[in-house]
Amino acid sequence: MNRFADHLMVAPIVLPLLAGATMLVLGGERRRSVNAALNVVASLCLLGVSVALIRNVDASPAGVTGVYRLGDWPAPFAIVLVVDRLAALMVLLTSLLATTAVVFSLARWHRVGVLFHPLFQFLLMGVNGAFLTGDLFNLFVFVEILLAASYGLALHGSGAARVTAGMQYIVVNLAASLLFLIGVSLIYGVAGTLNMADLAARVPAIPAEDRAFLEAGAGILGIALLAKAGMWPLCFWLPGTYAVAPPPVASMFAILTKVGACIVLRLWLLLFRPEAAASAQFGGEWLLFGGMATMLFGTIGSLAAQDMARLAAFSVLVSSGTVLAAVGMGQPAITGAALFYLVSSTLGLSAFFLLVELAERGREPGADMIAVTRELYGEENDVDDSAEIGIAVPATMGFLGLAFIGCALVISGLPPLSGFIGKFALLAAALGPPPAAVSTAAWTFMVVLILAGLAAIVSLTRAGIHAFWASPERAVPRVRLVELAPVIVLLILCGVQTIQAGPVMRYMRAAAQSLHVPDDYIRGVLRPAAGQTNHSRGGA
Amino acid sequence: MEIVLALGIGVLAGSGVWLILRPRTFQVIVGLSLLSYAVNLFIISMGRLRTGSAPVLIEKAAGDPSQFVDPLPQALVLTAIVISFATTALLLVVLLAARGLTGTDHVDGREPEA
Repeated sequence: MNRFADHLMVAPIVLPLLAGATMLVLGGERRRSVNAALNVVASLCLLGVSVALIRNVDASPAGVTGVYRLGDWPAPFAIVLVVDRLAALMVLLTSLLATTAVVFSLARWHRVGVLFHPLFQFLLMGVNGAFLTGDLFNLFVFVEILLAASYGLALHGSGAARVTAGMQYIVVNLAASLLFLIGVSLIYGVAGTLNMADLAARVPAIPAEDRAFLEAGAGILGIALLAKAGMWPLCFWLPGTYAVAPPPVASMFAILTKVGACIVLRLWLLLFRPEAAASAQFGGEWLLFGGMATMLFGTIGSLAAQDMARLAAFSVLVSSGTVLAAVGMGQPAITGAALFYLVSSTLGLSAFFLLVELAERGREPGADMIAVTRELYGEENDVDDSAEIGIAVPATMGFLGLAFIGCALVISGLPPLSGFIGKFALLAAALGPPPAAVSTAAWTFMVVLILAGLAAIVSLTRAGIHAFWASPERAVPRVRLVELAPVIVLLILCGVQTIQAGPVMRYMRAAAQSLHVPDDYIRGVLRPAAGQTNHSRGGA
Repeated sequence: MEIVLALGIGVLAGSGVWLILRPRTFQVIVGLSLLSYAVNLFIISMGRLRTGSAPVLIEKAAGDPSQFVDPLPQALVLTAIVISFATTALLLVVLLAARGLTGTDHVDGREPEA
């Protein structure tokens, strides 16, 4: 590996940091157009970097392209960044969502509050860092960075609804962060290390009398992460916050729950792999049943939702619950299918959050709260400000309707788009190869998965009829090309994932395999760096 | 010493949990601060309690870990203090904004119906 490729690994963190800092130095709010241009360029660069990373990682046989030692200290003593298949995949997904969200925000949303662009870049830095880091406390720091930026973005645009929901979001996440710290320090107190790979290597040797502390620490850490992933009953903050967040931000938030889910996936499989003897698969059934409860809660919520933004927020819960439950089964084949489903549902939900705002734009606020009062509103006065930029899209309702159908297909898991393949792969993996007996848990999971899909069809169809058919007197919303294009691009990506399902699925299976058998990961991190073997290493 | 620290953490955490379950935003913030103090003390205690030993190095005892307190939890606590300080400041601003926008300091943004 050459030097350039080495430093590419830290680029997903350094690039947004530099971009965000440059925006602030250039004058913050006073030069919004410069910031906007910088934001688009930085997001595109990030996209390029993540494509390069995923190519590197897929070409390497071990599934770990590399370990970036910050400060070039050997692994257990200092912080490392690790690029493996899961990390590269999630960084790519993040940069895709970021690019589309930024472009969408250019039409109007970046002007409704201050410092949208720097906060957005800091959010990217936190998300990428959380995926890449190989150190437990460093993970805490990156999660705090992404949360701090997300607090600002959730409040972007202000207003009573946003501030109230934002405050609850902040309080819940601060409490979860404190639990995170308790969990991390308990694990440190027992194992004496914070490096994830070193932890995984040390867990089997932990004496039986200390094992309860380790499991308690992991449990508390798990609660903190699952609160961020939105597992029932820790998810009551989520629908309110996501439904009122500004649409480009909500579209980016679609990946925040997946941050929690992916970290749980990685840590759980590292700490409690089969070598961990008595602790192997500790808490797996909690993930499985908690995930299924989340799916049911999200399903009931989306059936009850009265407006499309809340429907989208509850669909996030369903998607998050599906991933958690599938991970909790603890089988590589199911985990691979879950990763495929995760990518497709995140893309679909992200597009849906953007689309909701476009479709609801022609309506009076609250018009769909109570169907009876809809007649009272009559003519809608168009309050669009004339300062909008960009080209208006012709045949708006046609495009919006088609995009809505695309989102609905992906989210509910109907053919022909990628949502169907994701759900089908999950069902096939849960059934297993023919002679194997299917456990009760797997049957329950399949029933819940199918029910959730059915409920998604019902609720999305109802919302679609309300938005596009049943209100003929509504004004046609004015939609700019820069607003519609991101939605279309996200749906096209779902289409690409469908057409390229074979190679994508192969990648996901390889990612799941290396997560379930993390020997390469552990060896890769703990191997002494080249040129460092002759340094004396005290304290070992 | 252990019992004093344990009681201190317990009292701080208990008061903090009670306060964040209260309906007024200011009580919630004070509760979160108390909880973060409890967590900071807890992190320190995870490096084992020891009095009178140096945090990093003392002369003539280099290379002997039994002479020192564990410096790592102290570094962690510093980071945790800074982060919780910053987020508490942010939360205070949001509290004031919510008070101004909704006219009440109830966490739901409206007074419960009597």
